[in-house]
Amino acid sequence: MIVKREKLNFWERLYLPALAGGLKVTATHLVNTLFKRGAVTMEYPEQKWTVPEGYRGAPYLVKDQDGATKCVSCQLCEFVCPPKAIKITPPGPAGQTADRANAEKMPLEFEINMLRCIFCGFCQEVCPEEAIFLMKDYSLTGTNRAEMIYNKEKLLELGGVHHDQIKKWEHKLDEAKEQKMFPVKD
Amino acid sequence: MDWFNHLNPDLQFVLLSAVKVLAVLFLALLPMVAYSVLAERKISAWIQDRVGPNRVALPLLSGIPFLGSFLTRLGIWQPIADGVKSFLKEDFTPDHVRKIYFWLAPAITLIPAFLTVAVIPFGSNLGAQKMVIADLNVGILYSFGIVSLGVYGIVLAGYASNSKYPFLGGVRSSAQMISYEIAMGMSVVSVFMLVGDLNLSKVIEYQAGTTLGFIPNWLVFKQPVAFVIFLVAAFAETNRLPFDLPESETELVGGYNTEYSSMKFALFFMGEYANMIVSSAMMVTLFFGGWTLPFFGLDQRAESAQWLTGLAHIGIFVAKMLVLMVVFIWVRWMLPRFRYDQLMDLGWRRFIPLALANILATAVVLFLLNK
Repeated sequence: MIVKREKLNFWERLYLPALAGGLKVTATHLVNTLFKRGAVTMEYPEQKWTVPEGYRGAPYLVKDQDGATKCVSCQLCEFVCPPKAIKITPPGPAGQTADRANAEKMPLEFEINMLRCIFCGFCQEVCPEEAIFLMKDYSLTGTNRAEMIYNKEKLLELGGVHHDQIKKWEHKLDEAKEQKMFPVKD
Repeated sequence: MDWFNHLNPDLQFVLLSAVKVLAVLFLALLPMVAYSVLAERKISAWIQDRVGPNRVALPLLSGIPFLGSFLTRLGIWQPIADGVKSFLKEDFTPDHVRKIYFWLAPAITLIPAFLTVAVIPFGSNLGAQKMVIADLNVGILYSFGIVSLGVYGIVLAGYASNSKYPFLGGVRSSAQMISYEIAMGMSVVSVFMLVGDLNLSKVIEYQAGTTLGFIPNWLVFKQPVAFVIFLVAAFAETNRLPFDLPESETELVGGYNTEYSSMKFALFFMGEYANMIVSSAMMVTLFFGGWTLPFFGLDQRAESAQWLTGLAHIGIFVAKMLVLMVVFIWVRWMLPRFRYDQLMDLGWRRFIPLALANILATAVVLFLLNK
C-alpha cells in the first residue's frame, strides 16, 4: 500500500495544531475517566471476571442432593490423573461404610494437590459416580505447599451439593427397597 | 521574640534566612516533589483510562469513615510508601563503576535544583520579611548558571556508570543542554529588555496591573514567542518527554540511571521533579506575574500587618505553579519522544533564530515607543 504524503502547509508545520489536537485527546480521556465513563480497570481481587459456562477450574468433590458423599473411592480418577495430583486413601475392608445408602464405601481421605493439578478434567470425565467436577475457581493461593493440598473435607465443602437431574441412585434405591436387597440400609 | 530583637542585624538576617531555607526546602519543595510524583502517576492513569495508585492505607487515618477511604483511593499515602521503599531497597554498586563519581552524580543532579529556588520570590511579604530567600539583583543569571550545573550530574552518572547505555544517555544529555540552553537564555533576554532589570522581584512588580482593564500585564501576553521558547526549553532542560532523551527507557534501558538503585536512583528521580517544580516557578515568575493577581489589589506588596494578604500571595504563587506542573505532566502523556536529530534541529535551527528574531522585534518596538 502506498501512503500518500500530504504536503503540510505553514500552519501545520508549526506543530501547534498537532499539539493542540494531542492535548485535546488526552484531556478528553482524563475528563471521561474522572467524571463520565470511569476507568476501564478491573480492580482484581475485589472484582473478578465472570467465568463462562464449561470453564475448567479447580476440581472439587460434590455431595448429592441429600448431602451425602458421592465418591465411592473407586480410584479411577487417581489412576487417570496425568500429573498424579490425586491421592485417595480407601477405607479398607473393616473401614467406615458410605454415608449414603446404595454405596459400598467412601474414601477415608481424598487429597488433591492443587500445585500439581493441571485442570485437564480427566477426573471429571472418568468418574462413574459424577462425584468430582471442575468448578470455576481459578485463583488458588496459599502461603505454603502443605496448604495447597486440599483434603476431602475441604474439597467437599468447596464443591457443595450437585443438583443432578437424573437421580440414578434414588431410583435404584427405591427398587432395592422394594425387593429388600443389599445394599439397602435404612 | 524579645531575645531576637537584641541580636545584631547580621545574625538576625542569617537566622531568618536559615528559617526560610528550611521552610521552603522541607515544607514546600520536598513534599511537592513527593506529591508531584503522585500527581504524575494519577494523571497519567486518568489519561490512560486507568485508576492509578489507590491501595496504600495508613492504619488509623484510613479508618475515618468516607474521607479515609477517599484519600486512599486518591493515593494520598503513596509517596510515603515510595519513600520508605527506596530507603529499604538494596543500594547496589556494580563492580565496574567509577565509585567516587558514581556516588557524586545523584547529589550533583539534585543540589542545583534546590539552589535555584533561592532567588525565586514565592510571595510578597509576610510580616516584615520578603518572601524570597535571596533577593539577588542578578537573580536570573544566577538561576541560569545553577540550572546548567544540573546536567553535569547526568553526564557524570553516564561516565561513572562505565557502561554503554548510561554513557549514551549522558552524551545525549549534554548535547541536549547545549541545544536548548542558548535558546532559553535568548528568550529571556527579550523579557528583560521590557523590564529593564535582572532582579526577579522587579520582574514581578513590572507585571502588576492590567491593560485595557481586564488583560493582566503578564509577560506571557507581551512576549508569547519568548514564553513558548522558554516552555519548550524548560521541557528539554528538565528531561521531560518529549525530550527525555537521556533517559529514553525504550531504547537506552534506563539511560543515565541504568546502573543506579535504591536511594541513589531516588535522588535522580527527585532531581527531575525538583527541576520541574523550579522551572514552573521560574515560568510563573517570568511570564505569569509571580505572586500577583490583577484583581482585588492583590498585585501590590503586602504591608507588614497584612498577614492574610501575604499568605494569599504565597497561595497564588503555588496555585499558578501547580497549574504549570499539571501542564508538564499532561504533555508527557501526549507527545512521543523526539528523535535525537529532530531535537537538535529544533533547538539550533528553529528556536535560536526565532529567539534572535524576537529580541530584534522587541528592540525595534521599544525603540519606536521610546522615540
